[in-house]
Amino acid sequence: MREMIRLLVVVAVFSAVSGGLLAAIQSGTKDRIEYQQLKFVKGPTIQQILEGSSNDPLVDRFKLPDGKEERSFFVGVFDGKANIVALEAFGKGFGGDIGVIVAVNVENDEIVGIGVTTHSETPGVGSRAKTDPSLSEQFKGLPIKEPFKVKTDGGQIDAISGATVSSRGVCGAVVDSGEIYMRLKKDIIEKLKAFKT
Amino acid sequence: MAKSAVQEFTKGLWAEVPPFRLVLGLCPTLAVTKTLENGVGMGVATTFVLVCSNVLISLLRDVIPKQVRIACYIVVIATFVTVVELVMQAFTYPLFLKLGIFIPLIVVNCIVLGRAEAFASKNGVVASLADGLGMGVGFTLSLAALSIFREIFGSGTLTLPFISTVLPVFGPSFEPFGFLVEAPGAFLCLGLMLCIMNMLGKK
Repeated sequence: MREMIRLLVVVAVFSAVSGGLLAAIQSGTKDRIEYQQLKFVKGPTIQQILEGSSNDPLVDRFKLPDGKEERSFFVGVFDGKANIVALEAFGKGFGGDIGVIVAVNVENDEIVGIGVTTHSETPGVGSRAKTDPSLSEQFKGLPIKEPFKVKTDGGQIDAISGATVSSRGVCGAVVDSGEIYMRLKKDIIEKLKAFKT
Repeated sequence: MAKSAVQEFTKGLWAEVPPFRLVLGLCPTLAVTKTLENGVGMGVATTFVLVCSNVLISLLRDVIPKQVRIACYIVVIATFVTVVELVMQAFTYPLFLKLGIFIPLIVVNCIVLGRAEAFASKNGVVASLADGLGMGVGFTLSLAALSIFREIFGSGTLTLPFISTVLPVFGPSFEPFGFLVEAPGAFLCLGLMLCIMNMLGKK
């Protein structure tokens, strides 16, 4: 019995020390990791969509609660007006979730541009959903409320040949982002006022 | 136990070099050696874990009860691996993205647990440090050798570690031997290198 308690105590002490150490390091590196993730994963896509904005969308960002989740929004200032907001949503692709950043103009609810961030599609086939601009170009200027679908499903978007499932995933993500946007539009506009320069 | 620390260090470089002589830790060896940068990054991460866990386990070898030693080793190793993971995310994020799942998988790397169980739990701190460092450097060099070969012939480039500069070795007209950067190519390369190592070892 004594022996068993000793074993328990040793393992418990080990775990506790390790847990405490990791918690300390985690909280120490948290902000840096978040920034790095923004910079390397979403950063290039956001900057590409919001090219020409007079601010840094990675710095001008805010968060809004959406049900249980919290969503990040990135602000683009054009011609002195903060009226473009970019958000990320996910759609089901061929190899997993496809993350898509959608930038919307809050004045007319039109899509300014979209771009794929993370995906695990087949290299050279589905991955073209990210690299081939012919897919993302089609969304430009369309109203966000539209139910985007690929042409095979009776929609308006030309899928990348050989990558219908990936293209469908991108459409799904854009539809999803539209729903989030419409749901939170009031709060978004409220938040954007703070960025007006 | 008459061996000196220097001997403990050098045995990891050739006589007991992990992937080739002990044939341990093959999962990262095969998976990440597509570019030199990945290979060396993986090697350095593993070396850090190996050295830290060896030293700590050697220090605690009289405290850890025999019955729960594996559990204790795994807690120690997992802690260091998570430290590496967080630090890599914070400072070398692109490399972390490339190595991906293989960083957390260092926990189950046989070399790390193997050295803890076979060496650090029975030897002093200095010897364990030398052993861990030797094994780690040997592992890194093996990964580097394998990835240099695979990257030069498989993609025609060489990515320098830590500065991420891609050197075009063969120039644009080179048609890369793509098979080498696929998984079967990894097995083939490793097999051939093992074969060469054994030929050199046998007189």
